[in-house]
Amino acid sequence: MPALTRRQLLTAAAIAPFIGTLPRAFARSAPAPRILVLVELNGGNDGLNTVIPYADAHYAAARPTLAIARDRVLQLDERLGLHPALAPLMPLWQAKNLGVALGVGYKPTNRSHFRSIEIWNSASTAEETLQDGWLHRVLTETGIDGTAQSAIEDPAFDAQGIVLGGPEGPLAGSALAPVVMRDPRQLGQAVRLLDGQETPTGNPALAHILTTRARMHGAALDVARRLKEAPPITTTFPKSALGRQFELAADLIAAGVPASFFKLQHSGYDTHAQQAPRHAALLGDLAEALVTFRQAMIEVGAWDRVLVVTYAEFGRRAAENASGGSDHGTAAPHFLLGGRLGGGFYGEQPRLDDLEGGDLTPRLDFRRLYAAVAQGWLGLPPAPGSLGRHAPLPLFG
Amino acid sequence: MPVIRTLLCGMMILAAVTAPAPAPALDAAEARHLLARSGFGGSAAEIEALAPLTREEAAAAILTRAGSTAVTPPPAWEADWLPPKRGSMSEAERLALRDTQREQGRELKAWWLAEMRTTPSPLTEVMTLFWHNHFTSSLAKVKAPALLYRQNVLLRRHALGNFAALLHAIARDPAMLIYLDNASSRKGAPNENFARELMELFTLGEGRYSEADLKEAARAFTGWSLDRETDAFRFRAAWHDGGEKEILGRRGTFDGDDVIALLLDRPETAEFIVVKLWRQFVSEAPDAAEVRRLAAIFRDGGYEMKPLLAAIFTSDAFWAPENRGRLVKSPVDLVVGSLRLFDLPVNDDRDLAWLTRRLGQDLFDPPDVKGWPGGTAWITGASLLDRQTLLARLTGSAEAATATPAAAGMERPVESNAQHRAAFFDTWVAGLPAPWQGAEAMTTLMLAIPPVDAAVLDRRASGALARSLLADPAYHLK
Repeated sequence: MPALTRRQLLTAAAIAPFIGTLPRAFARSAPAPRILVLVELNGGNDGLNTVIPYADAHYAAARPTLAIARDRVLQLDERLGLHPALAPLMPLWQAKNLGVALGVGYKPTNRSHFRSIEIWNSASTAEETLQDGWLHRVLTETGIDGTAQSAIEDPAFDAQGIVLGGPEGPLAGSALAPVVMRDPRQLGQAVRLLDGQETPTGNPALAHILTTRARMHGAALDVARRLKEAPPITTTFPKSALGRQFELAADLIAAGVPASFFKLQHSGYDTHAQQAPRHAALLGDLAEALVTFRQAMIEVGAWDRVLVVTYAEFGRRAAENASGGSDHGTAAPHFLLGGRLGGGFYGEQPRLDDLEGGDLTPRLDFRRLYAAVAQGWLGLPPAPGSLGRHAPLPLFG
Repeated sequence: MPVIRTLLCGMMILAAVTAPAPAPALDAAEARHLLARSGFGGSAAEIEALAPLTREEAAAAILTRAGSTAVTPPPAWEADWLPPKRGSMSEAERLALRDTQREQGRELKAWWLAEMRTTPSPLTEVMTLFWHNHFTSSLAKVKAPALLYRQNVLLRRHALGNFAALLHAIARDPAMLIYLDNASSRKGAPNENFARELMELFTLGEGRYSEADLKEAARAFTGWSLDRETDAFRFRAAWHDGGEKEILGRRGTFDGDDVIALLLDRPETAEFIVVKLWRQFVSEAPDAAEVRRLAAIFRDGGYEMKPLLAAIFTSDAFWAPENRGRLVKSPVDLVVGSLRLFDLPVNDDRDLAWLTRRLGQDLFDPPDVKGWPGGTAWITGASLLDRQTLLARLTGSAEAATATPAAAGMERPVESNAQHRAAFFDTWVAGLPAPWQGAEAMTTLMLAIPPVDAAVLDRRASGALARSLLADPAYHLK
């Protein structure tokens, strides 16, 4: 008798490679679309050990065991430097393809992973709970679907999202109709499992199921065909989970899949204990994957139309804890990478001599970062309901 | 006149023929329908037991045998649980506590799913889940699994009892007091969260009260708090605002129970609950006249649940052919129903909790205070593929294609037992009672409506047909 075991169920989920709704394959006359790659640093990254205020005596004092020695820090300027594991990013910094947004967060910071990532995903205030992601909100408010006054006639992007890691998050909602892909090798499986007739029916529940199935099936077929026809990328990606996500993103972009929005997830940042080796491994993995992705995008001639942005639910507390780790905090730096980026720092490093209850004070509202992406990168007008009140960061010249 | 007399006689004969005819027995499809809506579906034997009964008798049979306690033993940590003293904990102790609570949360979810798949009274669990989705509370906010367990016991005790009693009890429930922040609500600084949801989500419905009403109601619930040592309900008189309030046009020095009584006095409350039950049991489109009729039964009967459910289960709308197979199975319906139908063994119920969560229904952790939206919202592109993948996994038809466990961080290898599974369904079909051995009868057993993809020919049922019916879109409907 077949027992239903966790192992089998896990595998059942693992073979769900292609999850989502409808592909919105616009007929494009415009140039190749702009791409936005969002990388969630799941768990809340320790910003102080990522972009390190090495010249500030308070840094070493707050972190007797976790502080990175000054001579190991990769200096970006006379005050701040990168964790040594981020060494692969240094050439990008020098090429001005790397931007660092400092002290990003919101007030008052919610310390729940669940609630805080919800706020980041939806760009809601700390008080409201919204299901739709911030990109859905921005696109619908500015009329990408043609319903708002400021309807965009010829967007610089394809309003289709692909989720390669974790939940839909910022892509959630009907505007991007996000497709979740776990493993391209399983596309055939999705095609087979979702094949079937789309019989007309007066039963609304059945009609909903059949329509959803047909859309998914069409999306799986389309992506499978494009991936098959596209010439392979020669850049070799790291074999980590994040490396595989970036590799798939690169393959999809190179294959011309009409999607501009990719969401990736890098897990493991909730470093409450024994942080030092784990954090170094995480940052090393992140840096390798980012640099390889850039190489691949340069290889296929797409780097100039790509913007990569990291985000996380929160940073971590200024002082280390008794377990050689760090606890849930507030503000953190985030990385931006792209061929058209001006590079350098955005915003100001929060001060270590002016903590609020042991926490950094957020100096840059994350919605200003989002507004910069929406307006500066996607070319959208200010979104009236969500990000419109937040002055965009000047990312692009 | 002879003509008239003939006519009259004819009419009398007609009347004699039509009026006192005995109520007809259910057919198999109808018995199946009642079991699918009132529980997690039915086996051939359960259908056969109900089929000779009339609608009234069948509804009464299900309601009469409904229990109010779980048969599965509770998790061991529940009995002597006391609130942890976070204030005096070290960071390491807090981390250990978090891990303990996480594990207990998994055990709690597993406990309920074990109860659902083994209970002799599925309606009790369906209604307990209905109330969990109505009076929501979440582990994410409440933290302590023991308090969610106790709330679940409370919901089950009143699930088919009296709504008024449940409402008074839930307002004192420790998990609820934490979930909606009433535990810290005090005179001069009332927390409005509970009062708002009490009116908006638990009784009247949105737009049937004013902001002033809920602010006043919040004052009435000040001091409804918890004992620090035990987390049991405790009325803190010093925190209570005993002053006069004006709520829904009435004035008085109301306390929380008075507010609940005021809300139960309003006809909107019964209608609000009836509409929700209609969506649970009948269709997505409540019939206004029927809702009024049922709400009157509910209110006039002092908010007793069983007479209301009996009225729903015997209503014409419940049995109308156009309402059959039009509700989408929830993840719990799909998983628990499949396990019960095929009598599948489960190694570890925590896996089931993981699975229903994956499919969008994380028990004890609803997405927000409004609960799961349900209905067609259960089916998204993501969840549909997950559902199909699960069913393919169950039938073994996905085995061959899944020999690459590297996907998505899955490291453990998969046993390839496709043939084993195919044989299982052959055995299952062979074990069905004789009347169910035909292809059409077995289709009636497995599906609420005719299949979309699977071809059902007029011949003997087979394991292969059972597997194709499981994969059919119609299997997602009840």
